[in-house]
Amino acid sequence: MKAWAPYLLALAVALAFPQVFRSNFAVNFGVLVLFAAFIGQSWNIAGGFAGQMSFGHAVFFGSGAYASTLVHLKLGLSPWLGLSAALATGAAVGALVAILSFRAGLRGSYFALITLAFAEVFRIVANSVEWTGAGLGLLIPRKPGLLNFQFAERVGFYYVILAFTAVSIAVAWWLTRSRFGARLAAIRENEDAARALGIDIFREKVKVMMLSGALCGAGGTFYAQYFLYIDPSIAYGVDKSVEMLLVSMIGGQGTVWGPLVGALLLGVVGEVTRALTDAPGLSLIIYGGLLILTIAFLPDGLTQLFRSRKPAVKP
Amino acid sequence: MLAVRSLSKTFGGLRAVDGASLEVGEGAIVALIGPNGAGKTTLFAAISGFERPDDGTVTLGGENITGLAPHHICGRGMVRTFQITQPFAKLTVRENIMVGAYLHTADRREAAARAEEVARRVGLNAMLEQAAAGLTVSGRKRLELARALATRPRLLLLDEVMAGLNPGEVEEIVPVIRAIRDGGVTVFLIEHVMQAVMSLSQQVYVLSYGRIIANGTPAQVASDPVVVEAYLGRGAAARMQGAAADA
Repeated sequence: MKAWAPYLLALAVALAFPQVFRSNFAVNFGVLVLFAAFIGQSWNIAGGFAGQMSFGHAVFFGSGAYASTLVHLKLGLSPWLGLSAALATGAAVGALVAILSFRAGLRGSYFALITLAFAEVFRIVANSVEWTGAGLGLLIPRKPGLLNFQFAERVGFYYVILAFTAVSIAVAWWLTRSRFGARLAAIRENEDAARALGIDIFREKVKVMMLSGALCGAGGTFYAQYFLYIDPSIAYGVDKSVEMLLVSMIGGQGTVWGPLVGALLLGVVGEVTRALTDAPGLSLIIYGGLLILTIAFLPDGLTQLFRSRKPAVKP
Repeated sequence: MLAVRSLSKTFGGLRAVDGASLEVGEGAIVALIGPNGAGKTTLFAAISGFERPDDGTVTLGGENITGLAPHHICGRGMVRTFQITQPFAKLTVRENIMVGAYLHTADRREAAARAEEVARRVGLNAMLEQAAAGLTVSGRKRLELARALATRPRLLLLDEVMAGLNPGEVEEIVPVIRAIRDGGVTVFLIEHVMQAVMSLSQQVYVLSYGRIIANGTPAQVASDPVVVEAYLGRGAAARMQGAAADA
């Protein structure tokens, strides 16, 4: 029971937040923090738990955003069906990127670079073909309604992204307890030893990229429905890739809570900076500084501060 | 159990293993010795799937496993350890061993219990919750052994588990390996520590410049002039015999 306490507490706080702070500003802040935590967790599943550090997770985010938006706009189906298309597309692109990269034996920085290249290629393609709206992007007509994945009040979006985030945290928690998670940790720590112990590292890495890609694709759907607009540089831009990795690395990669903690910190820092000065981009400079400080002094992220000792596994 | 037939592995122009053949019988402890650079670790890597042999065959329990991927070979009951220990540094000892145990069960409790049991067999049970990064050399060697054992192998390939241990630690690990064999696991080991080779193994193969130059009981091999020359240089055996005769 005690092990559940932090999860229940966090959930209660998150559920109560928009009831206590009702302003549009506060709810919007909550949505953006949870959104960053969600896509951060999707990155963390591959980058943190499995050690497959990607610089181009926007390739999954963007593909998910386009998949659901196209299903909605071109086929006239509900964006909720679009969400399943986004999950499937994210997983498919995850498999594609993983199979091509890992077949070629790319690891570490080489893998990071190839993912960056994939995101760029997808961005250029989305910019060039007609059915993505090319450079003009895609505008989703505003028609509030639950079936339309649009809400007249922001709080509706808040609870949707809260549910997404809760699912992503549950997935991360499952990774700390399951055979799949143990295999990912083994691959992260030492690929040769993992192979010697009977782990098919290629298959496990493809699986985790599919899982991570699917979740990230769902993040794309949420983004598109919240802002009702996507274009190639929003969908496949470096910004999203960096945001995901930043919240995870600052919060603690490979931890269940890292992305949420990182997203909260960066969200607060961003808002405070904007309130104090109107120098654009100052928050980005501060993010960079925080990342350097984290890597130098807390390489396992902020969650390292809260963790006294790893809990023992009970047989 | 294991049969290797004229196996070769070439790197660039170097024939690291050159037509090596050997056999490891079920329930035995067989040693592979040889001077530094003889190709012992390459031979192990080619047997266990880490390097694809250029020529020759490897059969395990009658089944041809030549060129299979390491995880397939591990799944068939042969597992190797590494000369340079490769712990999952950030994981605890228990989590390290559980990775091996997960080969045969998806259940976490079962894997954790199995890890504990294996840890007891190699004398790591007091360190289960410790991070692997904090282990001593001797602890890391035991961890290599434990992780491999947790996969329930039929045949265990040990690459210098005693290198870097002090004589006291060697004396501790020798009975551990004997107990593993008595538990039904065949052991094939690369070893430089002759004290251990002599007391553990029934049969010894000697590798030099990629070729098997001798095999037999430890005593036969140790007195074989070809083996002495491989270690000490040409003419060494004759000079040593001459020195013995003079004395």
